[in-house]
Amino acid sequence: MEQKIIIDMKDIVKRYYIGKPNELEVLHGVSLKVYEGEFVAIVGPSGSGKSTLMNVIGALDLPTSGQYYLDGLDMFDAREDDLSAIRNRKIGFVFQTYNLIARTTALKNVELPMLYAGMGRRERSERAKELLRLVEMDDRMSHKPDELSGGQKQRVAIARAMANDPAIILADEPTGALDSGTGRLIMDIFHRLNKEQGKTIVLITHSPELAEETQRIMTLHDGLIISERKGGGRVAAG
Amino acid sequence: MLLGENISMALAAIRANKMRSFLTMLGIIIGIGSVIAIQTVGNSVTTSFASTMTNMGASNISVGVTQRETEKVKGDESGLEFEGYRIIRTPEESDFIKDNMIADFLNNFSDEIEYIILSESLGTGKITEIKNSATVAVTGGDEGYFKGQNLTLLAGREIGDKAIKGGKAVCLISDYAVRKLYNTEDYDKAIGKVVEVVIGQKFYDFTVVGVYKLDDSGMLFGANADRQTDLYTTLGCVKKHTHSDGYPSFTVVKSPDAQIDTNELRSMIQIFFDRYYHTNRNFEVTTSSFESMLEELTKMMGTISTAISIIAGIALLVGGIGVMNIMLVSISERTREIGIRKALGATNSSIRLQFIIEAMVLCIIGGIIGIIIGVTGGSIAANAMDAEAHASIASIVESVGFSMAIGLFFGYYPANKAAKMNPIDALTYE
Repeated sequence: MEQKIIIDMKDIVKRYYIGKPNELEVLHGVSLKVYEGEFVAIVGPSGSGKSTLMNVIGALDLPTSGQYYLDGLDMFDAREDDLSAIRNRKIGFVFQTYNLIARTTALKNVELPMLYAGMGRRERSERAKELLRLVEMDDRMSHKPDELSGGQKQRVAIARAMANDPAIILADEPTGALDSGTGRLIMDIFHRLNKEQGKTIVLITHSPELAEETQRIMTLHDGLIISERKGGGRVAAG
Repeated sequence: MLLGENISMALAAIRANKMRSFLTMLGIIIGIGSVIAIQTVGNSVTTSFASTMTNMGASNISVGVTQRETEKVKGDESGLEFEGYRIIRTPEESDFIKDNMIADFLNNFSDEIEYIILSESLGTGKITEIKNSATVAVTGGDEGYFKGQNLTLLAGREIGDKAIKGGKAVCLISDYAVRKLYNTEDYDKAIGKVVEVVIGQKFYDFTVVGVYKLDDSGMLFGANADRQTDLYTTLGCVKKHTHSDGYPSFTVVKSPDAQIDTNELRSMIQIFFDRYYHTNRNFEVTTSSFESMLEELTKMMGTISTAISIIAGIALLVGGIGVMNIMLVSISERTREIGIRKALGATNSSIRLQFIIEAMVLCIIGGIIGIIIGVTGGSIAANAMDAEAHASIASIVESVGFSMAIGLFFGYYPANKAAKMNPIDALTYE
């Protein structure tokens, strides 16, 4: 049986400042496929175009040319509100800097994507609690982000990314701001989500060691994918 | 997205910056507060005036002799006339409205008027009964006068029409006067007694036919204070003592069947009496109805309200600009939050709605505080003016609506700016 393709990119080009003297091409024709249930890593040094690629994958930005299907949806047809809906339902973001909303509690942060999806109050709250339990943050639900440690914040962010059961989780340097022990914990959560829930996860990182844990590693250099190989998978048992 | 969620988000944002939010609201508070205060005062004064008028008969017309604004002949023989001065005169017997004029008047207006109220005061004097005394103001009235008094009798009977016609020396005295004079609460004991009132150097005798209950609502002093109460007798009796056949003023009660409105009747009466007074140099008859006075007052209040409203409108405009300013600051401070919300799937319109509602909530809170301050301040002012405080419900509803409109109007531009932010730029904003 053929596996379902979640991300299908072909010859993606991204140019900035089009028509201006400082026109800049960041992605020179990136092609990549990510299958359902995969845990893949995109690695590359800074300036290689990782962030731009992540923005394009995450429907935060549209490519200049090429083809991009996300879970069967043609992203070139998408208008601004369609992109909002795609970000809301198809993608779960996990950022290096957590990006939680400071004024509200962990629970409300997790509820937010469901709120924008139009889910009812009670259902929203139930699911948010369940997700916080999944990342073992259920005892800190009513804490605000500045009352949480970095690792705790990132766990809340992962719960939030899972809120609308997205097709992929897009994690941009999720352990970049954490010490190695806490970073390990976060990586373990990703492995668990991938294995137990079958979540498709795209990890963007500059760390070869973290990338090595995933199933497939794509290396980006100067706006092109220069190599693709299988990763070691999960080394540590547990 | 749900309105309730937006409102709770807005409240959280306002709570997060209490001082700043309060200062922003100040313009709205002052604007709404002053409008509500002035309207409460206006409403209270007009309402209490109107209710006083209704009690006294709104369609009653008072007719009185007043001094002319400009004397008919300048530089008269007395030599007392100076350019720029007007001597204040009191009407003399010859200036009064005479019995014959009133009779003529009643003939002419028999269809339009129900009755007239005539009264004359004899003055204030003392009744002495052995060791006790009571102070009374003696007033003689006609049939119409007693109709308007609404007296509650505790003993005896009213002064009958026959007694009034005959100008009998009968009287009604207050229960208070009876208690003072006879040390009794058995008011029947006073009936039939002859009381002697000393006014100035003169003595007047009246036979008590009834005791009326004093309206205590106006009582401000202690029960021991020697209070002056009214002694009512017949008009004819007073007239006999004053030797006068004229009146400085009287009141016309319009007939409920009259085919014309009060104002028309008033001008007809004016014209009628002008015929008699056009030869009088110093005095004329003026007519006024409570209805026309009320109209005047309402008009005046309307003018004052409009003037205050314009000033308040300027305050609200300034307040609105303040709201817009603070929303722009807030949005630039929360750029990253906007980016996060967009990354999580917020559409432009839901971001726009969030910030518009925040601006509106800010304005409504300001409006409500303004209403509370305005109603309180207005009520205090109305009470100081001896009017019962009546807040205008319509203006309160209008104010809430108006503050919402300010929030919408001045919140739209900043909210739209937030909605149009690029999610990547917003997310990476430091």
